[in-house]
Amino acid sequence: MAKHRGRGVATINYPIGMNLGGDPSQALVHSNPTGKFTVTLSSIDLGQGMKSVTRQICAETLGVPVEDVFVDTADSDTGPHCMGSFASRGTHRVGNAVMMAAREARAVMMEAAAEELEVDPADLETDGRGAIHVKGAPHRSIAVRDVAIAAQFRQGRTIAGRGIFLVPLSDVDAETGEMTPATCYAHACFIVEVEVDDETGDVAVLKMTSAYELGRALNPKLVEQQLVGGSWMGMSHALYETPEPYYPDTREGPRDFNEYLMPGPGDICPHDVAVLERPASDGPFGAKGLGEMCANPVLPAVANAIFNAVGVRVNELPITPEKVLRALKARGGAVPARAR
Amino acid sequence: MKTPVQFRLNGEDVAAFAESGANLLDVLREVVGDLSVKGGCWQGSCGACTVLIDGAPRLSCLTLAESIAGRSIETAAGLRRGAELHPLQIAFMERFAAQCGYCTSGMLMAAKALLDRNPSPTREDVVEALGGNICRCTGYEPIIQAVLDAASGDRRRRA
Amino acid sequence: MFELRKDIFADERDDNLKEIGQPTQRQDMLGHVTGTSTYYDDHRIAGLLHLKVLRSPHAHARIRSIDDAAAARAPGVKRIIRAADVPVNLNTLLSLIQFGKDDEPSLANDIVRYKGEPILGIVATSERAAIEALGLVRVSYDQLPAVFDVEEALKPGAPSVNATYPKNTFEYHGKYDHQKLRYGDVEAGFAQADVVLEERYQMSPIEHAPVETNGSIAVPDTNGRFVVYTSTQALFFSLDTAAKINAVPSNQLHFIGGTVGGGFGGKVDTMTEPLVILAARLTGAPVRYRFSRHEEMQFGAPRGAERIYVKDGVMRDGRIVARKVRAYFDSGAYTRLSSYAVVKCVAHIPGPYTIPNAHADVYCVFTNRTPATAMRGFGVTALDFALECQMDKLAVAIGMDPIEFRILNAYRDGDMKAHRREAKNCALIECAQVAAEKANWPLREQFRRMSSRIGGGADRTAAGVDRSRAPTPAAPARTAAAAPQRVAYERPAPPAPTPPPARGAPPPPPSPPAGSTHGAPRFSSVFGTRRR
Ligand code: FES
Ligand code: FES
Repeated sequence: MAKHRGRGVATINYPIGMNLGGDPSQALVHSNPTGKFTVTLSSIDLGQGMKSVTRQICAETLGVPVEDVFVDTADSDTGPHCMGSFASRGTHRVGNAVMMAAREARAVMMEAAAEELEVDPADLETDGRGAIHVKGAPHRSIAVRDVAIAAQFRQGRTIAGRGIFLVPLSDVDAETGEMTPATCYAHACFIVEVEVDDETGDVAVLKMTSAYELGRALNPKLVEQQLVGGSWMGMSHALYETPEPYYPDTREGPRDFNEYLMPGPGDICPHDVAVLERPASDGPFGAKGLGEMCANPVLPAVANAIFNAVGVRVNELPITPEKVLRALKARGGAVPARAR
Repeated sequence: MKTPVQFRLNGEDVAAFAESGANLLDVLREVVGDLSVKGGCWQGSCGACTVLIDGAPRLSCLTLAESIAGRSIETAAGLRRGAELHPLQIAFMERFAAQCGYCTSGMLMAAKALLDRNPSPTREDVVEALGGNICRCTGYEPIIQAVLDAASGDRRRRA
Repeated sequence: MFELRKDIFADERDDNLKEIGQPTQRQDMLGHVTGTSTYYDDHRIAGLLHLKVLRSPHAHARIRSIDDAAAARAPGVKRIIRAADVPVNLNTLLSLIQFGKDDEPSLANDIVRYKGEPILGIVATSERAAIEALGLVRVSYDQLPAVFDVEEALKPGAPSVNATYPKNTFEYHGKYDHQKLRYGDVEAGFAQADVVLEERYQMSPIEHAPVETNGSIAVPDTNGRFVVYTSTQALFFSLDTAAKINAVPSNQLHFIGGTVGGGFGGKVDTMTEPLVILAARLTGAPVRYRFSRHEEMQFGAPRGAERIYVKDGVMRDGRIVARKVRAYFDSGAYTRLSSYAVVKCVAHIPGPYTIPNAHADVYCVFTNRTPATAMRGFGVTALDFALECQMDKLAVAIGMDPIEFRILNAYRDGDMKAHRREAKNCALIECAQVAAEKANWPLREQFRRMSSRIGGGADRTAAGVDRSRAPTPAAPARTAAAAPQRVAYERPAPPAPTPPPARGAPPPPPSPPAGSTHGAPRFSSVFGTRRR
């Protein structure tokens, strides 16, 4: 009776967005009379950071500080249509719509500034700190606030923009499955180290090491949140979770968190994450989505690590101690594979 | 049947009429109007409804409202003093220890109970203190780190 | 530890950005830590009524009679909502985009098809009064045979679950009971393979378990409209679904949401909004319908369980030459979104690898269990589990390192994928290299030097044998014909990465990567350009 360690790996990719029925999202951006901007959406923030990431995208595109932008969502009377927050589409689809709206608003802002400075709009640039100035001549500048006041009270311009991002419907061929299922793909490689107790069947995850490629980390803190939380969920799926423990038999369904098992704060392990950025040509600043794929590689990596540790394959999730013990019994005990 | 209950909520005297058999969670949210307390299961399994009763962490969904007469309740709404955030709130922000934020009130209160009792907790102490609180988003690590940060920040301030 | 590897693919990025890439604090964080973020239930509404539904105790039964007279007289009860009260009592979620047929009632009227299916609703002055009144409703049932296993459900003579799809499978393209993938010739691939391995995998159902359960509140507004506070993940999706079921114009509904206590896919199905709006319309009062944790766990749609059979053919030199998948998605009693998960799964086969022969049949199957729905990784999570366990077994079978085996077979820019689109913007190899490096997992030199980029792959056999990845002759013909349908999504988005060289229809067959690029500059994105 002993504890055995093993390592397992998985590599995956993940499609961004859905291909069914077309995949649109809209955004509106407008300035108030003193040069502060509102992004109006009907998209949902479930914790993934929709409000925050679209805020940064808008600020970057407008060329203003992020504090000068707030995101207002989700009200069906004011926010234009969005398909919803699912299929890893938020950052990519909504982000693109916000970018388009912000570009349109920026163009008006630059025209208004040009009129005030009596120059050509093409000769102007934003400094990202709340001012617009003539390229190469920073002293010939005007505050965004003054531009907005001028636009509203003298020039009669709306510093506003509309944006939509639509991925048209892709047909799926009935005979071959030919289709355009997604516009871009995120990638990951996940390595996990486990310890398997061959007496109890208990599996402890000791360490996770990962590399995720997601186009562009628009906000590395939000990326880290998703990857750390998502890998926890992957480990939870692999070893703990099920509302039907004897599926397809429907007996013994849990009713609350005392019965539905998930790893608690004492069951987690260090996770060493690397993020790669290979920009997608159609992503906002190259960004893809990461909200879903972060959990996926953990499940097989854990299963493969268990094999590496004790030489048994469990092909049914979740890999409970009961399943490990049954597999060990069938195998005649633990047979550790070559150490990795 | 409604019963009057008087207690202290975040330092203020409060009186409310509670339906007999009503739990503290419903009375705080629906009668008193403290919406910082969240319900996630209403049966004592998620910790989202954690409040402090006379300094001890308790599940408000399992607490009979009538039983708190004369006692002192603390909730997340009372953590900040005026405009100033509690060190735990600052640490949660700095560590990005919330995503959807739905578990956060309960986490903060469970952590506050720990730090009030033990200003220099070990990681194991923090894990133990948060063991009854479910978070589906963060994977717990940032929350544990935030509590440890708040504790060491407090220690630094006192030193 | 968290590390941004800016050194990799640096030449494809413009990093001259001000706000993008900054670790800016979340816009909602202050609200979260002060308990002031406003979720759907954080509205104090005077005179709020509460809706709870009666759920079937049987997995499959005919409702013989319902006696709700005692419940109607119970204290606090304002209204009983029956199936006949629902204006459009048959819907399918994806009907908004014309995918699938209406198959699910809001309230069952004759047959219940899963344990927990709503039969009738009670609106009362408190949740407790509603629940107590539910206990007074008497329903008599004739139990019907039920089926719970996806493969049993497909056998002749199996109980028919869903009246709209009597054969227990969703219908694709008006003629098939599954979605197909056909690329190359798998049987020829298996004949050629040194090792053939077939395995069965079973995903578990999973509960989304957001800490905030599903719920919504409908409040009658002025002008005959209704304000609906909701936990939905898809505001207009839920609004349009609720409008359809209630047969009201969409502008009668004013949905407010956007701050949600976790979803993970479990708040797309619009499980509470249609009935809570109906309850508000029938009572003229504000009504809340909030799932208990038990309802959320057992009757809120879970991630469906998939059963997946994978058969692979692999050569001793490491090349996978054929992959065949047969998968069954357990949709539960109704379609919801599983029909779409099947399509997404098919598109994902054979995984992020270039395999010349791929074949799949994927079924959306109805069983007498809680309808399944989307969850984080929808359509892909279980397949990744199956394929990546399979990859590990194949590596063991041919005695290869599992990471090197994956790098060898990884798709690269310019490869043709099984759904007949050219791969671009790939990065699987680089991820594998970086993770291996971080974990001190030794890789041989040639695998550390490979790259996803065109010309960066060297030859693809571990043994150094040139490897042709040509699909069999049938495939390229179809590929070429299909090429004009490809949609370009490139938008004038500064800073656009260097676009790949324009490519026409994929060459039939795709030329194998040139072996002579070995050692060329910029050979590996990871190890070749790393600044130390
Ligand atoms: S609501 Fe009290 S523990 Fe869940
Ligand atoms: S932040 Fe969402 S449950 Fe903890």
